[in-house]
Amino acid sequence: MDPNLYTTTRAVDPIFMLIFGISLVLLMGITATMVGFVIRYRRSRAPEPTSQVASNIWLEIVWTALPTIIVMGMFYYGWAGYLTLRNVPKDALEVTATARMWSWSFAYANGKTSPKLYVPVGKPVLVHLVSEDVIHGFYVPAFRVKRDVVPGMKNHVWFVADKPGSSDLFCSVYCGLGHSAMVSTVEAVPEAEFQSWLSHVEGEEKQGEGRELLEKNGCLGCHSLDGSRKVGPTFKGIWGRNVTVVTGGVERTITVDEAYVKRSIREPAADVVKGYPSVMPPYPALSDKDIEEIVDFFKELK
Amino acid sequence: MKPTDQTPPPAASFWNDTGRSGITAWLFSTDHKRIGLLYFFSVFGFFLVGVVLGLLLRIELMAPGRTIMGPQTYNALFTVHGVVMVFLFIIPGFQGSFGNLIMPIQIGARDVAFPRLNLFSWWLYMGGAAIILTSLFTGGGPPDTGWTFYLPFSSRTGTNVSLAVFGVFIVGFSSIATGVNFVTTIHRLRAEGMTWGRLPLFVWSLYATAWVQILATPILGITLVLIIAERLLGTGLFDPSRGGDPLMYQHLFWIYSHPAVYIMILPAMGVISDIIPVFARKPIFGYKMIAFSSLAIAAAGSLVWGHHMFTSGMSDTAILVFSFLTFVVAIPSAIKVFNWVSTLYRGSISLEAPMLFSLSFILLFSIGGLTGLIQGAAATDIHVHDTQFVVGHFHYVIFGGSGFAFFAAMHYWLPKFYGRRYAEKPAIIAWALMFVGFNILYFSMIVLGLEGMPRRYYDYLPEFAPLNLLSTIGSWILAAGLVLLLVNLFRGLRSGERVGSNPWGGATLEWSIPTPPPTENFEEEPVVSHGPYDFRGAGIP
Repeated sequence: MDPNLYTTTRAVDPIFMLIFGISLVLLMGITATMVGFVIRYRRSRAPEPTSQVASNIWLEIVWTALPTIIVMGMFYYGWAGYLTLRNVPKDALEVTATARMWSWSFAYANGKTSPKLYVPVGKPVLVHLVSEDVIHGFYVPAFRVKRDVVPGMKNHVWFVADKPGSSDLFCSVYCGLGHSAMVSTVEAVPEAEFQSWLSHVEGEEKQGEGRELLEKNGCLGCHSLDGSRKVGPTFKGIWGRNVTVVTGGVERTITVDEAYVKRSIREPAADVVKGYPSVMPPYPALSDKDIEEIVDFFKELK
Repeated sequence: MKPTDQTPPPAASFWNDTGRSGITAWLFSTDHKRIGLLYFFSVFGFFLVGVVLGLLLRIELMAPGRTIMGPQTYNALFTVHGVVMVFLFIIPGFQGSFGNLIMPIQIGARDVAFPRLNLFSWWLYMGGAAIILTSLFTGGGPPDTGWTFYLPFSSRTGTNVSLAVFGVFIVGFSSIATGVNFVTTIHRLRAEGMTWGRLPLFVWSLYATAWVQILATPILGITLVLIIAERLLGTGLFDPSRGGDPLMYQHLFWIYSHPAVYIMILPAMGVISDIIPVFARKPIFGYKMIAFSSLAIAAAGSLVWGHHMFTSGMSDTAILVFSFLTFVVAIPSAIKVFNWVSTLYRGSISLEAPMLFSLSFILLFSIGGLTGLIQGAAATDIHVHDTQFVVGHFHYVIFGGSGFAFFAAMHYWLPKFYGRRYAEKPAIIAWALMFVGFNILYFSMIVLGLEGMPRRYYDYLPEFAPLNLLSTIGSWILAAGLVLLLVNLFRGLRSGERVGSNPWGGATLEWSIPTPPPTENFEEEPVVSHGPYDFRGAGIP
């Protein structure tokens, strides 16, 4: 951890302190004055008002001028801090974040993609924001950064992690059923570890390619691997399971096989498992070979 | 609800006289007091619906994961909670109920300028409300877009968005008609001697609000029609794949919906400005500054809508300008707070329920306003935007502010129309419960937002669990207080202690006529010779 590194968090937090500090003083002042007056001039103690004063031009000038100076100061510091959030350091590592209902995918310059945002510690990261459907929001509270992910619009955000660790990444703009499940993490790792992760050739993991495809395409945002219920049905024990599906309004029971898996990916609205909403978008990018890999993974997932 | 009484109210009261009988004497009445009560019970009914929905949302959020409902139901409930509270309760709330009941009497008029248009406003409001309610139970089910109806999501969802939006569209016309009516009434129907400098501050606030209603609501109407066109005709105005721009929708929506916040809060400030002097036995401090600041808020508040869009990708220049203007609006609000507190100085203060609600308004509104500064500053807004912080801030301003002022107005003015009053002690207990519950409920949200919990979240990470549970417990305390308030107030209005024409010792005109008011308000046209807060010689009730 480098205490001199100028991070987005260090640019924003003093402004929070400034505004909260002044606000607290004002609030205490108003409350204390009000409560003080109520106690001192309560009717049992002050049966008649002792003044009928209705205005004082000097007081009005003071309490117009004073708030004006205070809020203009807040405005200035707020703007200055915001400029830090907008001025991307030149040497920033570029990543493209793609948001879709309801998952994140992060693509690096060498073509590697990941459902988690891996970044090197101490190096600024510039994230380009792309939406495939509706408006989402890229939000990492730990770095005080947020930017809407608007379809058809080029938005970006930057931050730098000053120590290794995992930080939550949320979707901040309401985007439907799975909005609150559209969660990922920023994984800050030392530069060397990051480079080896980045250059790591895909497909070598022990878990196999099927699982990686599910992760990369965001399937696991809505379908769990451990049997828990999310937006969609779990993948655990899916192979050969008998399920009741609704096809064009009619219920029927089918057995999960390769044809069903393929149809569910290509035309998700055709057969919807009973009790679940018909909200999944089609994934035409997955090839027949990809689907075979996924099926192989399902067969193992008891 | 009529007072049940052994001895009927004076024959001249607005309760008994009219050509019609039964329910039609109410549904087709052009008397501003009857229309005011129709509005009161309609908006308050919707308020209670909104409260129940809010409590259900809090129960769902008391623990991570599914508690009592699925995500689709949750999304629909927070949408309907917002639509009902914003469009059916708080926007028409003050103008329709207390504006109608009190304003014509306060300026010495027999009725509003256009009594039939006034009745038509209520009918439009009920018609729009009926359409919104229909949308919940037909078609694809209740809308799940949030009350902001952001595109392109709202053009893609299969729920019944178009019908709900059409209902809001109709309610908008009701709001415009009321605005036109009130502006005309305040200009043309003031009694002799009721100069602009003698208008009660409640009337000043209604006047400023009415202009916002007239000027801003048509833009909401246009925006809503565009949503329907997008859904039904596929116009593509907001669809980037066809050259449209989703941000344009946000601009159009907030050009109305930010000024709408001032429709919600300005009349509340007027209520507070009327109540505090009466219970302190002193003229309001800085009358001109309070009246002027209402107009300043209405004017400057129409130019700050972009502060809802700091993270949207709008240009940095726009953010600079909107952030600056947002801080400008903070100044007249601060001026009001200082003047209210100064009114207490060397007064003779009595802490009855209307005063307790009014003083807690000052505190809760201040917390709402000060948390607003965090959101006005560009750098800090980025972190708290679209989080629970915003939910907490908004409820401090609109529930702690407007809501508490509405409760103050109910205790202060309803006895005038029923001739009977609530019991004081239960009212104070109810206030205390609500004040404590409120702060637990919404301050937890402010902290959750600072910790990074986004809003409109059905489920959340375990680190947010303790404060969510605390917040839910707060909602129960608040609800308990509200139940006590309702039981005590309405039982009092039916069979409580009788009140005379001026139970609080007020100096505005509504306290100079019999209780309950006669149909024509004044036996002969009043001539006004003193200001609204001149208590000299009035004595203490």
